[in-house]
Amino acid sequence: MASPAHHRSGQSRKAQLSLFIAYVIAVTGAVAGLLLAVLSVADPVGFATLRIAVHEATAPVARVSRQMMGSLSGVDDTVSAYVQAGNQNRRLRKELADARRQLVATSAMQEENRQLKGLLKLQETDKMSIASGYLLTSNSTSTKRLALLSIGRNMGAAAGQPVRAADGLIGRILVSGPSVSQVLLLSDVDNVVPVRRARDGLPAQLSGNGSGDLEVRTLNVANNPFRPGDILVTSGTGGMYPPNIPVAIVMRRKDDGAVARPLADPAKVDAVSVLRPYTASNIEAQSIPDADPSAPRPEAAP
Amino acid sequence: MTEHRPDIGEPAPYWRTHSIPVITVIFASALPTMLPLIASSPVLPPMGLLIFLSWQLLRTEMWPVWIGLPLGLADDLFSGAPIGTAIFLWTITSILIHYLSQKILWRTFWHDWLIAAICIALIQTLSAKFSHPHAEWGRMAMIVAPQIIASILLFPIFMRLVGSFDRFRLKRR
Repeated sequence: MASPAHHRSGQSRKAQLSLFIAYVIAVTGAVAGLLLAVLSVADPVGFATLRIAVHEATAPVARVSRQMMGSLSGVDDTVSAYVQAGNQNRRLRKELADARRQLVATSAMQEENRQLKGLLKLQETDKMSIASGYLLTSNSTSTKRLALLSIGRNMGAAAGQPVRAADGLIGRILVSGPSVSQVLLLSDVDNVVPVRRARDGLPAQLSGNGSGDLEVRTLNVANNPFRPGDILVTSGTGGMYPPNIPVAIVMRRKDDGAVARPLADPAKVDAVSVLRPYTASNIEAQSIPDADPSAPRPEAAP
Repeated sequence: MTEHRPDIGEPAPYWRTHSIPVITVIFASALPTMLPLIASSPVLPPMGLLIFLSWQLLRTEMWPVWIGLPLGLADDLFSGAPIGTAIFLWTITSILIHYLSQKILWRTFWHDWLIAAICIALIQTLSAKFSHPHAEWGRMAMIVAPQIIASILLFPIFMRLVGSFDRFRLKRR
């Protein structure tokens, strides 16, 4: 039990005065903090520099702990997997059967592709890639979905560059420090990615729903053409993200669009590569006038 | 004659009584960014906040009422919320707890838990709204709701933890 406070310092004028001053400092500071918050919403880049400096300090610990433990891959995923085990099992079995059928078809094509590529002596190297690193840690206590990337300006990483894993898009670099960068993940509420359906090029917009999945909004309001299993790839509209990077797979339909799941799970990917922004210059990509100040995002697809 | 007093030792050194609370709060704020956990939703409780609230409720008079300013700034730098969010919210909380400690003279464990629960719910919801000013309230509340519930349930454990820090802080030499 906490003892009662003795703030009422009785007759001591000096104690009363210092208490009064403490309250003045607190109230002034709180108001200043509120203004600061408004300012940092309006100009996230200026304060991001301060934040990345702090992350530079904690990054060595994150590097060591990652090496020791490996990535604590998706605690939340594991929990929800237990809860939905039955449904998931049934669904997965169905998907597996589908996948097997497709695999047979694909493997034939793959073999043919390999032979053709051998003939053409095509290089597999991706010209868009700048550098590769791995995701160290993330803001797991706040609603901002920011991950820390193990490379920074030392390897040429800069704000606005897309980040992808082998399976698909991860997000984009928000700010980069000397040796680490902050990546805004796809699942962030403010991260909007212009995509199109791989099958027929139907344009749509993706944004995070804050709990790992993505919301798909079609730009054509009249109908809702999405079906579970549709693959969405970047469209390249508005710059920043190069076209044809796999992004997400549609899980289920909603009244006004669909819910999709990212193809690359940031918790499970090992290495990620930083790509050159799709626009001519980084400066152009960064200075897109933006309605949402807390996350400079690419322009909406037309 | 005077040597027969029981030896209870010297009081704890100044650096220890004053640094332990600050260090524990800042470390708890920084801890999530040192773990190799790539979360797709706010899965960890806001540890800096929970430790801060525990100290405030356990030792209301230990800190001046403005302590939320520096500690809030440290938390903002690690949490990813816009800088100023925790400065504002933590200081308001500090003022509230100081006020309540004069209104409710003998707080029990249940009082503390209730105060902490209300503070956690308000701070996390407002902080989510500050982070995403264009998202709707309901949506942000839904995202942080599981975290708030988990944090409230875990709060007594954090109080215990802070209690043991406090014992170490005041341990006589």
